[in-house]
Amino acid sequence: MCLGIPGKIIEVYESNGLVMGKVDFGGVFREACLTYVPEAKVGDYVLVHVGFALNVISEEEANQTLALLSELADLEDAS
Amino acid sequence: MDLRLRYGFRDTKLVQAKVRQIRKVLTRPWSIMEICGGQTHAIKKFGLDQLLPEEIELIHGPGCPVCVTSLELVDKALQIASLPDVIFTSYGDMLRVPGSSGDLFSVKARGGDVRVVYSPLDSLKIAQENPTKQVVFFAIGFETTAPANAMCVLQAEALKIENFSMLVSHVCVPPAIRAILSSPHNRVQGFLAAGHVCTVMGYWEYVPIASQFRVPIVVTGFEPLDILEGIYRVVLQLERGTHEVENAYSRVVTYEGNIPAQKVISQVFEVCDRTWRGIGVIPRSGWKLRDTYARFDAERRFETQSVEGQESPLCISGLILQGLKKPYECAAFGTLCTPQNPLGATMVSSEGACAAYYQYSRHAGSSERSHV
Ligand code: SF4
Repeated sequence: MCLGIPGKIIEVYESNGLVMGKVDFGGVFREACLTYVPEAKVGDYVLVHVGFALNVISEEEANQTLALLSELADLEDAS
Repeated sequence: MDLRLRYGFRDTKLVQAKVRQIRKVLTRPWSIMEICGGQTHAIKKFGLDQLLPEEIELIHGPGCPVCVTSLELVDKALQIASLPDVIFTSYGDMLRVPGSSGDLFSVKARGGDVRVVYSPLDSLKIAQENPTKQVVFFAIGFETTAPANAMCVLQAEALKIENFSMLVSHVCVPPAIRAILSSPHNRVQGFLAAGHVCTVMGYWEYVPIASQFRVPIVVTGFEPLDILEGIYRVVLQLERGTHEVENAYSRVVTYEGNIPAQKVISQVFEVCDRTWRGIGVIPRSGWKLRDTYARFDAERRFETQSVEGQESPLCISGLILQGLKKPYECAAFGTLCTPQNPLGATMVSSEGACAAYYQYSRHAGSSERSHV
């Protein structure tokens, strides 16, 4: 249960005073509580732990990290 | 981030390049601990320990909540779950964890109402649907499950759900790191901090630890490239003799963490001493419900008898959780003890070191490595 699972927010709504969302985990849809990520909106990727989204994943950072790693690998190949 | 991007962090070519990079900077042996059982699982699953240079020893830490929930609490769970008119809810992994006698599965087989839930919110729903029953949730976990559990207590209060309570077994990572580093047997020279714990708590708590004990600590994710990057940064620091806290998981983790979650956690929980299975009491290493929320505390709601907890005499999981032994050094590993028939908690959860070794390397020689 410690492994957060990344998923994409499909829908945001309120239920019993909590902000909830429908989240797409690679084709499997589940409800998740979005109260801890007030900035999250439809289309964002969130990391969900036991039914609660705790972070919005930064696509930009992910792309940058990968680009950097690829660059290093290319440099190595060249050397 | 789409799935393609996620799998980018598993790219074979990049993985190999990273391993070569580690090899380049390495001049002598180092012992590095990954605290989190999720990382132990990934390391075994992707065979990362086989790819790494021999000089790097990965020591598997105690970061598996299923493994470290104390025998005493498991025994309490078994007693509460056996009571009539109780619906006992838990994550699936806990059902096979051996107590002093039996496990939650055996309680269920004897007619106990034990149900597996995915989220504590499911447990609350069950309580609403069954007003004549007492619904008890086994609230185990590190900092990652605390925001969910804390929010459920607030919801139970707001929605006046009085037939709901929690058996709380929360544990926290930083005190465990301190305990490991303070042990006279300690061999760990650098840490991969658990990325998902840091999504909640940030990584400010590690700064004083790194400087007091002079160990590098690198916040690390869970994909193969993430883990290798974490190891690379720890090795670089060890070779240079520095001891900083670094973040190698910046797409998810920030220095300060999730502030709204931290607020709700400290509203509902307070710090307490906690017994870790196989390790013993670690001071100020857990969270318990504050007195304000005492009525949601299953330990106070139900009388349980204290049983003199007995571990299997064969099980050395305590030594494994402290990084002093590897699973294959246990005489029962893979023979008397398997995931279907676990003698100790570390063989139950996929995040447990024994289970990870059993699942991914039981056919390979115990300490064989191949070279890239
Ligand atoms: S293999 Fe089983 S008995 Fe041995 S240490 Fe692991 S859990 Fe305990």
